[in-house]
Amino acid sequence: MSNRVLEVDGASKEYRLGMIGGGTLHGDLTSWFARVRGKDDPNVKIGKEHLAHNQRFWALKDVSFNVDKGDAVALLGRNGAGKSTMLKLISRITAPTEGEIRIRGRVASLLEIGTGFHRELSGRDNIYLNGAIMGMRRSEITARMKDIVEFSEIEPFIDTPVKRYSSGMYVKLAFAVAAHLDPDVMICDEVLAVGDLAFQQKCLGKMSEIARSGRAVLYVSHNMRTVSQLCNRGLYLDTGKLTYDGTVERAMELYGGSSARSVSRNLDEVPRYRDRGDTMRMLAIDFENTQALEYDQEGCMQFRLKCVSHIPEPRLRIRLILQNSIATPIAMTQTEPFEVAAEEEFTKRVKFPLDGIAPGEYIIKLSLIAGTPRGRSTYYDTIVDVSRFIITDDPAVNSGFIWNESIWGEFRLKPLIME
Amino acid sequence: MDNTNRGERWDMVIRPRKGWFDIDIKGLVHYRDLILLMFKRNFNLLYKQTILGPAWIVIQPLLTTVVFTVVFGNLAGLPTDGVPKFLFYMAGNVMWHFFSQCLLTTSNTFVNNSQLFGKVYFPRLVMPFSTVLTEMVNFAVQFVLFLVFLIITAAKPDSGIHANWQLILLTPLLLLQLGVLALGFGIIISALTTKYRDLAMLVTFGVHLWMYATPVTYSTSMIADSYPQLLGLYMLNPITPIIELFRAAYLGVPRYSYGYNLLSVVVTAAVFLIGVVLFSHTERTFMDTV
Repeated sequence: MSNRVLEVDGASKEYRLGMIGGGTLHGDLTSWFARVRGKDDPNVKIGKEHLAHNQRFWALKDVSFNVDKGDAVALLGRNGAGKSTMLKLISRITAPTEGEIRIRGRVASLLEIGTGFHRELSGRDNIYLNGAIMGMRRSEITARMKDIVEFSEIEPFIDTPVKRYSSGMYVKLAFAVAAHLDPDVMICDEVLAVGDLAFQQKCLGKMSEIARSGRAVLYVSHNMRTVSQLCNRGLYLDTGKLTYDGTVERAMELYGGSSARSVSRNLDEVPRYRDRGDTMRMLAIDFENTQALEYDQEGCMQFRLKCVSHIPEPRLRIRLILQNSIATPIAMTQTEPFEVAAEEEFTKRVKFPLDGIAPGEYIIKLSLIAGTPRGRSTYYDTIVDVSRFIITDDPAVNSGFIWNESIWGEFRLKPLIME
Repeated sequence: MDNTNRGERWDMVIRPRKGWFDIDIKGLVHYRDLILLMFKRNFNLLYKQTILGPAWIVIQPLLTTVVFTVVFGNLAGLPTDGVPKFLFYMAGNVMWHFFSQCLLTTSNTFVNNSQLFGKVYFPRLVMPFSTVLTEMVNFAVQFVLFLVFLIITAAKPDSGIHANWQLILLTPLLLLQLGVLALGFGIIISALTTKYRDLAMLVTFGVHLWMYATPVTYSTSMIADSYPQLLGLYMLNPITPIIELFRAAYLGVPRYSYGYNLLSVVVTAAVFLIGVVLFSHTERTFMDTV
């Protein structure tokens, strides 16, 4: 089995929330001194008991998989499933809490575009610096300089400081360096989201080439089109556990349907930001009349939202923020205000007409808010990542065109009217 | 999950914990080009968008030396072992400036580079090493300036300067020791500041105070004359024998026992080793705390 380039063996990663040391030496010393004398820790906040069980959590739990030469592996999962943590462990940015990761050969990880680029330096200097940061020797970089510059398509500007570059040029240069690192395992995390479509295709082509030439690619993306184009194997992570290892098609199905199969999702356990969800809380959501959370263009989503309120509120609304697949907000809509009493558990059935939303993948963010007529709003509860859903492409609706979201955006306006 | 190939040869095995003395020297050697490139980058960037540019390397110590000469030499009238005041203070200042700059910059390694360290792995020691190299170039410029003043002054009769040629040959070693010492202290502090940010505050004014425990603005002979019983304690400060030897070499001030220098070397080695161990231990998980 000398084809093996990467073995992840029972890798787990635990993070501690909140208590990452007192942050000051004084705080830690007083805590320690109190412990020594058997007294209560003076730095523990009172009345936060319900957070106590939340202070440690496993971002990854006992994940094992192998990667062989020629594999182009897609690592799929919802936000927070542990994909980025996994990549960080393999890239040695942080150490696993348990388990072992074995690597043969050189790993190039592109967790961010242009790591270590310095704005003031020229493109050429940055190629050297970036290459060296990723482990290339100076002579190797010099030998590949011509290829890198050619691939990046920015030859005329190579001696200009990168601060004058457009973001597209920046991405091109950065990817060019990583692609020519000649890695045995190449790790890519959502880096192709920027850059134009043509260059995206070129990068995918380069990655496929790397995989075909007997090396391995580990790819994380929410863009299913690039995943299906590049990858020949899929891993599916769900809340820190590896639940599927096999074909990329099946992994994509799981991913697309992972929110759908759990047609009802427990929202009570989803972590909130600060005090959100204290006085009012969304408990569960049920998506109705759907199996995979796939909707037709111009269709209608229907869900039942179960909530609990500890205070009376005469003007409560359910607000829905539509976000695209990388969680950028696109649009907002909300219900009419309704009244709830204190300690009331209520379930609302909501219809969400999908008119105008272009084909693609979206994330729903839900809030319980109350607004005064003068425009001030109070947020009671917010969940950023309630669910993903997909709007399928229907060329008939788009006058016979296949929707191209990277050029046309995510919203389809009413047709232009010709006089 | 088959673990049948456990015995196979792997280039790298990432484990949760490693021993305290498991230091990635091989990796550091592999990344030696990065040290040089970072050094070049630091140097190119240091004086970008400043009007006087590299002249600052010279202006800073020169002005400090002038102020020391006026305040400590003329106003306070401290004796300078019979050598010209300006050169006496400049010698101490050039050495101290090198030490304090190295210490202050390396002590911020993790905090300043957390952005970079969070995205890509390379041996983290690359950063402090390249910092010290950068500071060595700054030192070289200041040192040449010192030599210029020295030669001009020594050319005059009765200058009071008696350079000791044999000791001058030790200059590179002194510089190396000072650099290693600063690096050692710097990486110890940088490893601790990932958890305790207060230390960063402490370092800034601590270095200021430390200067007064070091013969920069006065001569060791004053200590030896006033508190001879405390001289041994005073010499425990590992920088003191370095600066004293430097002055003895170029200016010919009275020299103290080499034993103090030996002690200083031992302390330097110990500090450096502790630093490297602590630093390597921290670099594995600091991303979770910083």
